Amino acid sequence: MKRKAVALYSGGLDSTLAIKLVQNQGIDVLALHFYTGFCITETKRRRGEKKEDGSHYMNPALKYAAKYGFPLEIVDISDGYMDVILNPKYGYGANINPCIDCRIYMFKKAKEIMQEVGADFVISGEVLGQRPKSQKSIPLKIIEREAGLEGLILRPLSARKLTPTIPEINGWIDREKLEDIVGRSRKRQIELAKELGIDEYESPAGGCCYFTDENYAYKYKETMAVEGKITQDDLVLFTVGRHFRLDSETKLIVSRNERENNFLLGFKKSYHFFEPLGKGPVAIAKTINGEILDEDDKQIISNIIARYSKTIDGKIDVKYSFMDREEILTGFPFDDEAINQWRVSLNGNKIRHSP
Amino acid sequence: MEIKSDIVHDATGTYCPIPITELAKVAKKAEKGQIIELLADDEGAIQDVPAWCQTTGNEFLGYKEEDGILHFYIRKV
Repeated sequence: MKRKAVALYSGGLDSTLAIKLVQNQGIDVLALHFYTGFCITETKRRRGEKKEDGSHYMNPALKYAAKYGFPLEIVDISDGYMDVILNPKYGYGANINPCIDCRIYMFKKAKEIMQEVGADFVISGEVLGQRPKSQKSIPLKIIEREAGLEGLILRPLSARKLTPTIPEINGWIDREKLEDIVGRSRKRQIELAKELGIDEYESPAGGCCYFTDENYAYKYKETMAVEGKITQDDLVLFTVGRHFRLDSETKLIVSRNERENNFLLGFKKSYHFFEPLGKGPVAIAKTINGEILDEDDKQIISNIIARYSKTIDGKIDVKYSFMDREEILTGFPFDDEAINQWRVSLNGNKIRHSP
Repeated sequence: MEIKSDIVHDATGTYCPIPITELAKVAKKAEKGQIIELLADDEGAIQDVPAWCQTTGNEFLGYKEEDGILHFYIRKV
């Protein structure tokens, strides 16, 4: 009887190798790529960013599944994912990635699909000791147990260093042909890629997940430090625009282009909204306590918008709206030095804590 | 290219991988042999849709652009 497995597939080298190793033992593999809603490629596409050679950024799972001939299913898990991020039972990793909870959530979904398609086990490209947070041996066991997949998660890259799994014990898979990789060195993976005919892969591991991105993590930590909590909107807004902290009460997000203008329009109803009357970026301001945005801040915001707008005679009118209030302000462009004092970016300000 | 489609799905305004996850949902419900027309304005879909067809075994028939909207034609296999 031909055995079948589903694989957690990011499109990275490790999960590609894991699938190849198992396919080579005559197992049918269906690769599963999970769309969490926090996908870097999606943002790049939204902004209209392209690579230097003019091609579009591509979801690595789709790209490499097509290249190396895996059947692939992209599974949308964005609905319940927000909960995982906002309330991670096992905490946050080096950046902000709640890796353990995320893996549990993905393995639970993989189990459902495994049962649906009549597969026998799940494979994953996890490597023992590679990531500080989720991929040590104890978390691997926690992940298995919490997902209800004890003995059914095969990790081909580290298998010979791990307890034998059901697919190995039952002889569906020859354990001796699996790997014993441990740690962060990529040497064996690169060698193995050659042996298995994997001649192209993302380097360095270019995942599609925002939570492992240091710029995203920086914005997250800054908000946490100043505001003391993160909202659902915050998680989405960290992916958009230029971010400014005017004071401990007020955060500003200024769009970078037409597409981001359209995206921020979706937040008009619940935020202080600024729109230049002419060519330029829209902006939204978030106030932590109450609905008041003080007059000085409105002027600063108009001046920041003016910096990125096409001004006439050194100024531009900016329409401000909030709830049913509306007002026309005039923005006079700040220079970059003035603007940088408020900018929230990894290479700019240090995180300022609220008093 | 004149292709008569059986099912039209509009994924404009969404970006990778959403046009693909929506295409997958439509394809799941479609019957074998039916032609799906997917509308998208994420230009990257020009790379994504053929790749998706390759990974799922469905047949990519081609695409055209009309007034800034991309129309992709896929036969469910």
